[in-house]
This record gives sequence, structure tokens and C-alpha cells, in this order.
Amino acid sequence: MSEFFTETIVISILAAMVRIGAPLILAAIGELIAERAGVINLGVEGMMLMGCFLGFFVTFETGSILAGIGAAMVGAMLMSLIMAFMAITLRLEQFVTGLALNLLASGLTLFWFRSLLKTIGSTQPNIDLLEKAPIPFLSDIPYLGIIVFSHNWLVYLAILSVPICSFFLYKTKYGLELRCLGENPRAIDMKGLSVAKRQYLAVLFGGMMAGLAGAFISVGSSIRFVPEMTAGRGWLAIVIVIAGNWQPKWILVAALVFAFLEAFQMHVQAVGINFPYQILLALPYVVAVIALMHRRARSRAPASLGVAYSRGS
Amino acid sequence: MLEQLQIKNLTKRFGTVIANDRVTFDVRRGEIHCLFGENGAGKSTLAECIYGTYRSESGTICFNGELVEFNSPRDAIQLGIGMIHQHFVLVPPLTVLENIIVGTEDAKVLLNTQKAENKFKELCARYELKLNGHAAIWDLSVGEQQWVEILKALYLDVKFLILDEPTAVLTPEESDKLFRILNVMKRQGISIVLITHKLKEVMQSDRVTVMRKGKIINTVDTKSTTREQLTHMMISSELAVQGLKKKINSESTVVQIKKLDVRGPRGGYAVKDLNLTLNSHEIVGIAGVAGNGQKELFETLVGIQSPESGEVWLDTEDITHWSPAEILAAGVGHIPQDRYREGLIGQLSIVDNLLLGMHRSPRFAQRGFLDQERVRAFVQEQVDQFEIVAPSIDTVVGNLSGGNAQKVVLARELFQASVVLLANQPTRGLDISIADYVHRQLLEKRKEGYAILLASEELDELIKLSDRIVVMFKGQIAGEFVADNPDLEQIGLLMAGGNL
Ligand SMILES: Nc1ncnc2c1ncn2[C@@H]1O[C@H](COP(=O)(O)OP(=O)(O)O)[C@@H](O)[C@H]1O
Ligand SMILES: [Mg+2]
Repeated sequence: MSEFFTETIVISILAAMVRIGAPLILAAIGELIAERAGVINLGVEGMMLMGCFLGFFVTFETGSILAGIGAAMVGAMLMSLIMAFMAITLRLEQFVTGLALNLLASGLTLFWFRSLLKTIGSTQPNIDLLEKAPIPFLSDIPYLGIIVFSHNWLVYLAILSVPICSFFLYKTKYGLELRCLGENPRAIDMKGLSVAKRQYLAVLFGGMMAGLAGAFISVGSSIRFVPEMTAGRGWLAIVIVIAGNWQPKWILVAALVFAFLEAFQMHVQAVGINFPYQILLALPYVVAVIALMHRRARSRAPASLGVAYSRGS
Repeated sequence: MLEQLQIKNLTKRFGTVIANDRVTFDVRRGEIHCLFGENGAGKSTLAECIYGTYRSESGTICFNGELVEFNSPRDAIQLGIGMIHQHFVLVPPLTVLENIIVGTEDAKVLLNTQKAENKFKELCARYELKLNGHAAIWDLSVGEQQWVEILKALYLDVKFLILDEPTAVLTPEESDKLFRILNVMKRQGISIVLITHKLKEVMQSDRVTVMRKGKIINTVDTKSTTREQLTHMMISSELAVQGLKKKINSESTVVQIKKLDVRGPRGGYAVKDLNLTLNSHEIVGIAGVAGNGQKELFETLVGIQSPESGEVWLDTEDITHWSPAEILAAGVGHIPQDRYREGLIGQLSIVDNLLLGMHRSPRFAQRGFLDQERVRAFVQEQVDQFEIVAPSIDTVVGNLSGGNAQKVVLARELFQASVVLLANQPTRGLDISIADYVHRQLLEKRKEGYAILLASEELDELIKLSDRIVVMFKGQIAGEFVADNPDLEQIGLLMAGGNL
């Protein structure tokens, strides 16, 4: 076991943690904004999967990764528009709507995969990966350079999204409105501000971030698309928001913890240590359950989360 | 232009309930105008129509002489209309300042808290309010929260302020302070509409408009009217509870509480070494300021909390550790202190709320299925009997007025209870005629032989209804009195923690 903890491997684990954490952070920050507005979007997994497929497919068709990422964001946003319409305008049960969207995305992407990608040839189509973009100078810093500053730009965007989100929530007027919205939408309504408009925007933003996270999983880390490629990461993002107690900085920490467990598990397998890897595979999810149990006791969930607002008549 | 607001023939319906029926109402510039009426008279609805929360079906609103149409509170706010709602519209985890500045023009993209804080401090100084702008709302007392609501309106430089029962949550001293604030506002030319059902407050206004059952009864100058006239305008029927309470002699013990200790929410004892007996045909009143262990005592008696030590006996059975369902089945009814949180499920209909606890009884359910027809017939019967005013029996109780909501609790508990009734502040926040209705029901049950425990903060109520009065202070019984001409001074002293 001791040969496992060499400098190279530890650095490699930490670098993998940052890379694996990036889509979790992106999706979780998006979900945070939606939940702070009072809408619980359980469709994150589906929106990520949609982004994942569209990102790959459009990149494959056009040869432009940027176009792929753009398509991923737009596709996921369209799904979140459905979510918003159902949850805010029609005031339907948000849980059910989110679950339905996941099924929709799962079915659609599988269908498109079979009809659009399988028929192209006997070999599965593949694309060029989003290139790494080490940041000049910063990437030369010992340890940190490799761990943090030698990834593709989506990773940097993910990391930056945390302080930006924090600044937005706590220092801008829109952030203040958002914080009120999830706690007591009536307070916003009675100041003459539109509750629905703000909730729509928040849910759409959440969709966009989920799309981005999905695109990361395909064009950012794989040359192929595989059905159900997101593999529960959207659900993990929802858990991360809860474990992070609806605060950006703790969401970053929670995402990195999950990413670390995953990275650790991958390295243990790769190095071939004699340990039942199934247990390690389950680790992030076990930790997720423990984190949720712990949170139950002193949760700072927005008070009106999941409750559709209506003024009366 | 004397009239700042003129409303003509405004009508507003909720389903089949006409909340405002061709209301005509005007407010003069710089006056304090009371809107006076019972619960459910339609006062809040009228206020929300003025503020743009609700849209009226017909009628006109003129503000500053111009015809206006309010589609949302935004339109009203832009004309300088402010409103303090009947229930707080605050965001508890956020700070006082954040609650005040959200949605105001002062906040550009970036929050300018310094400027806001200066204005906040200036307002606090002008109205002699002591508030820490950086305290979170949930750390404030209810009184302080009400000051925040008022500051929210003042911060927007309102010219016209509606206050919907603002004193319901205030102590008498705080209420006096509120009136000082209102008078300062008045001197600055702000017109004030004050909604209340307390006569004492009405008498401090310039004019009064009395509402009853959605209609305006009259508008009069306060100086030229009397309390009696106003009460007469407000309630349709004369009240006469006095004659009902005759001494009945049957002293069989029903409930015995022995050396009861119950832990409070924050460690400590909420109820300490409490002994009490309840007899049939008897109402025992608990005098005391809320929060002295009444809630814990009641919850222990119905099995929601379990005591640390001590015993509770119902007739010959030790029910100390029975479950709430078992205690309910034994015939103990409970009217909890907070009707919306503990007595009702706000999002469910009258039908569902009335059925709670009986939904398993063979009368309404066979093999796990509810017999809808029977249930609905039963509920309709109860709604008729208790005169619950609602568009239909499927109306969600969250939309009912306080009085009607309490009647739903009352109907259910009175129907289920057969021996004991535990009523914790059953008339809190209700107007005179509904409170009177509750009183009659309690006395009726007393006559039928129930043992009744009644906690109230209003001594008048206890004296009117009880056979015995015990004073509860810090979880203990501080003294016991017979209810015929008790020494009020002594009771007051004990309630405040003094010794005789
Ligand atoms: N949102 C609503 N939905 C249905 N009925 C309502 C609603 N608001 C008020 N009502 C009904 O309208 C009537 C007037 O209520 P309200 O204006 O709250 O009276 P008040 O403020 O004088 O106590 C009551 O019968 C009440 O049940
Ligand atoms: Mg009211």
C-alpha cells in the first residue's frame, strides 16, 4: 500500500479530483441558483445528459467544439424551459416534472444515439478532445501548477463560477432578490417585483449550467459518446447542493470531496491494489447518504423550496 | 382635494364568497382612518385590493383624484402606497437591512449598503425605534419584526400607509408606541388606514369605517361616536353568554395529573412538579402569559410529548405513556394554541381537515377505503352546524379567515372528544362574535359533563367561563382561585412571577 502514496500518484489523484470535480461544480452551482429561487430542479441529470449528447453530436457534425458546447447549453436550457413552465406557470409538482424530464432525456439521447450515431459507420464516431490549456506561469508553480492550472478552460470556468456565484448572491441586488425568493417569495411580490420572471431566469440558468456540465463530460473528457454517460452525476450535483448547505463555498468543498473519492477509486483500480474496488465505487454515494443524514439536522434549505408561489386570487 | 383615496362600488369575490360587496370608501389626506369589523368582514381583502394584490371584479379606485387600475403591488408602490400585511412578509434568515432594501431603487446592481444604512438610521432616529440593521429577522422579537415592516414602508417614502391589524402581535406598550409613530407620520402628511377589531384603537383615530359581512355599514367621525354605537354596528346579534354559566354540581374526577415534569425545547423544565385534577361538568382555567409551560402541559396530556416523570390518569387508567391516537380514542379533544401549525393542515381542504383522526374509523372507512359520500355528508353537516363560511367544503383551510379556520378545529375536536376537552388559547386573534361562539360551545360541553381545561391570556375570558382558575408561571402552578369574584390583583401578581 505504501508505494501507492508516492508523490506522483498523489499529485495525479489531486489533479484528477479537480478535473472530475469541474462538471459537478458547474451543475451544482446551476442547481443552487434554481433552488435559491425556490425551484427544485430534479431534472439536472437529464439536462446534463442532453448537454452531453448535443455537445458530442454537434462537435462531431461541425468539427467545432465551441459549437458543440453552445448546442449543449441551448439544448439543456430548452429542457429547463419546460421545467420552468411546468413548475412556475402551471404550478405542477416539481419532483414529478424533474423526474419526467430525466426519463425524456434518457430516452431521447438513446434514440438519437442509435439513429444518428450508430448508422454513420461500423466503427463508432469519435471527436477530438477539448484541448488542455495550461495557464502560463501559474502552471509552473510546483504541485499546484499541475493540480489546478493545467486543465482545459472549462475546468477554470467551473472553479471561477464559485466566487462569481458567491459575489452575485451576496453583493448584488439580484442576488439579494434571489435569496429572498427561495425563502419567502411573497416578500418579493409585495415589493412589486415579478416572482415568476426571476424564477424562470434562475431555472434557465440552472439548465444552462447543467448543459455545460454535460458538455464537459463528453467533449471535455471523452472522445466518444456512450448512452447514460452522465452516470448519476446530475443526482450527485443535487446532493452536493444539500451537503454544501446552499452556500457556494461549501458546495465547492462538497464537490471536491466527491471528486476526490472518485479520483482515489480510479487510481486504486489503475495501480491494481488488491482491494474490492466495488466498495470504492460505492464510496461517493455512501458519503452522499451520510452527508444528507448529517444535514437533515441543521439544514439551511430555502424555506419555500419546491413550493409553487401563488398570490391568492 | 380633500380625499386622497376614493373607492366606489368595489366588489371582490372568492368563489362564491363575496368578500367585498359594492364597497364605497374614502380616505382623506393626513388622517388616521380605522377600518373596523369582525374577522371575515372583508377588511384585508379591501386593503389588498387597494395595494394591488387582488384585482377587484368591478368598481373604481381613484387616487389623488385620478382613476387608477392596479394590476400588481408595483403600481400601488409607485404612487406611494405602502402596506403592512396582516401576516409578516419578512425573510427570516436575512438581516433587517436586507429585508428593507430588497427591491428598492437604492439598490443598483451592486448593493449600496452604506447609503441604505444611513437612511435606515435616520428613520430609526426620527421614529425613535431601536433596531440593529445587521440582526437577522429570526433573532428579533415579534414586536421588533413589526417595526421592520413599518420601516420597510417608510424607507419607500410612502404617502399612504395601510396597516392590517398591526397590533395583533404587539404588547400593550408596543401598541402605544405604534400609535405615537402613526401620529408622527400623520403630522408629516401621511394618510393612514388602520385595520383593527379592537375598540381601544379605533377610539384613537380620526374617522372610522365599519364593515360587516363584506359591506360598509357606515363611516363616522370618531369624536361623534361611542364604543357602544360602534360595537352595535360591527356585530349583528346581541351577545348573551352570562346566563349560560350555572353552577353544576357533579364532582367526579376525570383527569388527574400527578407530579408532572416535562422538559422544554431548550433543556430545562417547561412543566415542573405539576398537580392538577379536572372534574366532570367543570372548566378549569389556566391563567398565565403564554410560554409558561401551557403548550408543553397540553401536549403531554394528549400524548404528543412524553413527560420526564409524573403520571396522568384518565378515570381509572394511567395514560401517561399512551400514544396520541390512543388518547384521542379515549375521548380527549385538543384545541391547540397555533391553529394553523398544529390544528390544521393549511393546504388541505375543509373535508380532509375535518376528517383528520377519524379517517380510520369504521364509520368513514371500510377496508382502507374512504366512503366519500358519507364523509362529505358528514362534513357538510358539520359546516352547516358550525356555520363555517366558505365557498365550498373543498376550499383549502389556509384560505379561510381565522374565525372560520378555528371553527373547523372546533367542529372536529368537539365531535371526537367525549370526556375531556383541552383548549389552549382557543379564541386568540378571533373577534368578539366568533370568540363568543367558542365560549358558548365550551359551556355547552361543560353542561354535557365534559372536563375542560382552558388556557387563556385574557382574564375576562377565564372569569366568564371557568369554575376554578389556576395561575401558571414558569411551569408551575402558582396559585388557585375560585372563579366567582377572584382577587384579580393577586392573580395578576402571580402571573407576573410575584409571591402572595
Ligand atoms: N384568498 C382567499 N380565498 C378564498 N376566500 C378568501 C380569501 N381571502 C379571504 N377570503 C374570504 O373572504 C372573506 C373576507 O376575508 P378577509 O378579507 O380576510 O376578512 P378580514 O380581514 O376582515 O378578517 C372571508 O370569508 C374569507 O374566508
Ligand atoms: Mg384580515
